[in-house]
Amino acid sequence: MSQILRQYTVSTRRSTELVLLVGAWLVGVFAWILVDASSDSGSLGGWSALLSAGLLLLCAHAVVRWQAPYADPVLLPCVALLNMLGLAMIHRLDAANAARAIANDSPQPTPDVYLQLTWMLLGLILFSLIIALLRNHRRLAQFTFTSGLIGIVLLFLPLVPGVGNVVNGGRLWISILGFTFQPGELAKIALAIFFAGYLVGRRHTLAHVRGSILGIGVPRFRDVGPLIFVWFVALLVLVLEHDLGTSLLLFGLFTVLLYVATSRRSWVVIGALLLGVGGSAAYFAFGHVRIRFSIWLDPFSQANGDGFQIVQSLYGLANGGLFGTGWGQGYPQLVPFAKTDFITSALGEELGLAGLIAILLVYAIVVERGARAAVGTRDPFGNLLAIALTTVIGLQAFIVIGGVTRLIPLTGLTTPFMSYGGSSLVANYILVALLIRISNSARAPQNFALDLPKSEVNA
Amino acid sequence: MIRQINRVTGVLIFLILALIVNVSYLQVFKAKELRQAPGNQRILLNEYSRARGAILVGSESVAKSKSTSDSLKYLRTYPNKSTYAPITGFYSLVYGATGLEQVENDILAGNDSRFFVNRLQQLFANRKPMGGAIRLTINRDAQTVAMRALGGRTGAVVAIDPETGALLALASSPSYNPNLLSSHDATSIQKNYELLNNDPRQPMLNRPLAMTLPPGSTFKLITAAAALESGKFTAASIIPGPKRLKFKNSTKYLNNWTGKQCGPNGKTTLKNALTISCNTSFAWLGMNLGQDKISEQAKKFGFENSFQVPMTSATSRFPQNLDGAQTAMSAIGQFDVRATALQMAMVSAGIENSGIVMKPYLVDKVLGPDLATLQNATPSAFGRAVSETSAKVLQDMMVAVVNNGTGTNARIAGVRVGGKTGTAETSPGSPAHAWFVGWANAGGKHVAVAVVLENGGGATEISGNGLAAPIAASVMRAVLSK
Repeated sequence: MSQILRQYTVSTRRSTELVLLVGAWLVGVFAWILVDASSDSGSLGGWSALLSAGLLLLCAHAVVRWQAPYADPVLLPCVALLNMLGLAMIHRLDAANAARAIANDSPQPTPDVYLQLTWMLLGLILFSLIIALLRNHRRLAQFTFTSGLIGIVLLFLPLVPGVGNVVNGGRLWISILGFTFQPGELAKIALAIFFAGYLVGRRHTLAHVRGSILGIGVPRFRDVGPLIFVWFVALLVLVLEHDLGTSLLLFGLFTVLLYVATSRRSWVVIGALLLGVGGSAAYFAFGHVRIRFSIWLDPFSQANGDGFQIVQSLYGLANGGLFGTGWGQGYPQLVPFAKTDFITSALGEELGLAGLIAILLVYAIVVERGARAAVGTRDPFGNLLAIALTTVIGLQAFIVIGGVTRLIPLTGLTTPFMSYGGSSLVANYILVALLIRISNSARAPQNFALDLPKSEVNA
Repeated sequence: MIRQINRVTGVLIFLILALIVNVSYLQVFKAKELRQAPGNQRILLNEYSRARGAILVGSESVAKSKSTSDSLKYLRTYPNKSTYAPITGFYSLVYGATGLEQVENDILAGNDSRFFVNRLQQLFANRKPMGGAIRLTINRDAQTVAMRALGGRTGAVVAIDPETGALLALASSPSYNPNLLSSHDATSIQKNYELLNNDPRQPMLNRPLAMTLPPGSTFKLITAAAALESGKFTAASIIPGPKRLKFKNSTKYLNNWTGKQCGPNGKTTLKNALTISCNTSFAWLGMNLGQDKISEQAKKFGFENSFQVPMTSATSRFPQNLDGAQTAMSAIGQFDVRATALQMAMVSAGIENSGIVMKPYLVDKVLGPDLATLQNATPSAFGRAVSETSAKVLQDMMVAVVNNGTGTNARIAGVRVGGKTGTAETSPGSPAHAWFVGWANAGGKHVAVAVVLENGGGATEISGNGLAAPIAASVMRAVLSK
C-alpha cells in the first residue's frame, strides 16, 4: 500500500531548490559586501545589481517549479552559486581597475559587472524559455542535422570577413550590433545535440567490429569516417581560429559520445591516437602551440615573457594559501585576464584552497547531477544528450582550470558560469536548461513523463 | 549505455579530483617557494599595503607612512628630510631598508611577536595588520643643532646621556634626503641612489657609528685613565714633558706639537699635561705603562666591542704587538688606533658618570599601533671603566682643559664643562681630523658629546678647539637648554 502511495506522491523537491537557490544568492551577496568593505567604495548601485540577480534567479526557479516540477533540485542552485561567485569576483576586479585608474589619473573604466549581469538576464530568459517551450527534450532529436549545420556555421562564423574579430591571437569572436560574441560557445550545444541525435540512430552499426587487436575490437573502416570528420573539423578550428580549447573540447566530446553510444572501448583508443597525431602535428606546424607547450613545461624561465600569465596565476594561488587572503585583500588584478580565463586563480587567491576546493566540488556536483539525469532518462537520445551536455561542462571546467593551474597546457576557454563573457554565460544557461529538462523526465513518475506518441520515444 | 555513462562520469569526477590534488599541492606545499620567488611582487605589495609604524622623536613623526591611491598603498615619508637620515635610514622599493627602518622592521611592519594580540584583533576585524611605532631617545633640538652645526662638512656628532646611555643626537654629515629613495617611482629611486652612491663624500654612510678614525689627542683621556688606575700616578705626579722625546729602542724622536717643552725643565704634572695636551708626556706615559695597560683600559671603555644601538656600530681598535715607538704613538691616539665618534662619546660619558660606561641605545619605547606603550627601554651598564676616584680626577682634568687649556671654545657660561680636544694626523699630505670630546651637566641634566670633522671639514687651519669644540658646545647647550 505504501509503495503504491509513494508512486503517486513523488516528491518534487522544489522547495529544496528554492532554499538552496536563496543560499547561493546569499553567498554572492556576502561576497559582494566584503568586496565593498575592503575597497571602501560601498556603491549603492551594487545593491540594485544584487537584487536584480536574486530576482532573476527567483523567476527562473518559478518557471522550473511551474513547467518542470520534477527537475533535479540541485542543478540550478549549483550553477547560480558559480554565477554569483563569478559576479562578485568581476565586481572585485572592477574595483581594482577603478582604483588603478584613480592612481594613474586616467578616466574611470566602465565596470564589467553590470554587462555581465545583463548577460545573466539574457541567459536566464533563454533558460526560462527553453524550460517553458521545450516540453520534451526528445523533440530536439528531430533537429539533429539542423543542429549539426547550425553548429558548424557558428563554429566557423568568426572566419567570415567583416563579422569575425581577432582577440588575443584567437579568431573566435564575431561582432554584431556593437556586441562581441563567441559563437563557439553556442556551437558546442548545437553540436552536442547533433552528436547525440546522429549517434543514437547509428550506434548499432558503429558497434560492429571487424576484428580485434590486443583484445580490443576494431571497427569497420568506413565507420571511422564520422570520427575522422569531427577530428578534421577540430583541427580546422585549431588551424584557422587558433582556438586550442574548443578544438580539444569538441574532439573529446565526440569521442566520449562514440564510446557511450557503442560501448566500444576501441573508439576511445582510436580517439586518443587521432588526438596524439593531431596534437603532435599541431605542435610541429604551429609556433603558438609550441609556445603553449613550452610554458607549460617551464613557465618560470619565461616569467616575464610568454609565461607571464601562468606564473602570475601560480603566484596568486600561492598567495591565497589554505584560507585565502579574503575578498578584496589579495592582488588578483596582477594576473592578466583575471576576469575571464584566469578567474579561478583570482578566486583561489582570495578564497584560498578551501574556497577553490568548494568551487571544484560544485562542478563535481553539477557533473554528478547531470550524469544522474543521463542515467535516469528513459530514452537513448536523452541518455546521450544529457551525458554530452554534462561532459561539455565537466571537460570545459577541467581544460580551463587545469590550464590556469598548470596541470595541463593552457588552452584558453571560459570557466563555465564564472568567467566574464556573455556568450559563455548565455550558452551555459541554455545547456543547463536542457539538462534540467532531461532531469525532469528522468525524475517524473513514468506515466506523466510520456506525453509524446510512443513511436517518437523509441526513435 | 548506462554503464558507459557511469564510467564517463567517473572519469569526469576523477579529472576534477586531479584539479583538487593539483591546487592543494600548489596552495599548500609549493606555496612558500612560489611566494618567495624573485619577481613575485606580492610580498612587496603586502608590505606596502600595511600602514608602517612611525618613528617618533618626542611627539613628532620623523618617519611616517602616508596613504596613497596607487597600488602601493602607503608611502614612507621623512618630513625632516636629511636631519634624521643617519638614524631612520630609508625604506626603499628597490634597495630595501637601512638604519632603524631595517633593524626595527619587525616592529614597524607589525610582524613582531609583541603585536600578537593586536594582530588577532585585526584579523577578526578583517583589517590589514598595522605596524607599531618606536619613540627615540633623540633630543630634537640637539639633533637639529648638530646637523646644522656640521653644515655639510664631513663629520659626525654623537651626544649621549651619560647616566643611561640614551643617544641624544646622532648626526652624520653630509647627509641625504631619504624621501628620494623611498618614493614609489623605481626609476627615480634608482637615479637618486646612483647619485648618492657615487658621491665621493659618501652621504649614505652613517659616520658616527660606522666610521673609525684615529682619535688623536682625545685618546689621551684613556692613557690618563690607565695611568691613574695603575696606582703609580696621580693628577699631581710629575712626569717628563720635553720638547722632543726619544722613542724606546729607536733612534727616532717625537716632537711636541707646540714645539716647546711642556713645563719648566721639561717636566710637568699629569693634570697640566692633559690640559695643554702634551704629546711627549703622554708618549712617555704610554711607554712607561706599556701597551697592555692602555689596551685594557681602552677595552673597559668599549674598544674591541661593537654596540647594537640597535644599528650595529663599527668596532674601535687599539693595536697589538707594538714596539716602543708604536706604543708611544698609540698612547696619543695615533699609529693604528681607530675609534668611532660613538666610542669617544662613551669615553667622555663614562668619565662623567663616575666611571660607569652605559650601553648606548636609540629606542626609548616600543608602541603598539594604538600608540600604547608595549616596552620601555631599560638602560644597562656596559661596565666600570675607572674607579669613582679616578673618574673625579679625570673630570677635574677635563674641566681644566675647557677652562684654561686647549678646549676653551667649549665653555658654556655658568655650566661645568669638561672636554678634550684632538687633532689627529692622517696620512702625510692629508689634512688632520679635528676632534672634541666632552661633557656638561647643569640642573640635573647630563650630556656627553663627541664631535669629529674629518680632515678638518675642509678648513685650512685645523684644530679641535677651533672647529669641533664650538659644535660640541652648541649641542650641549641644546641638551641643557642653556
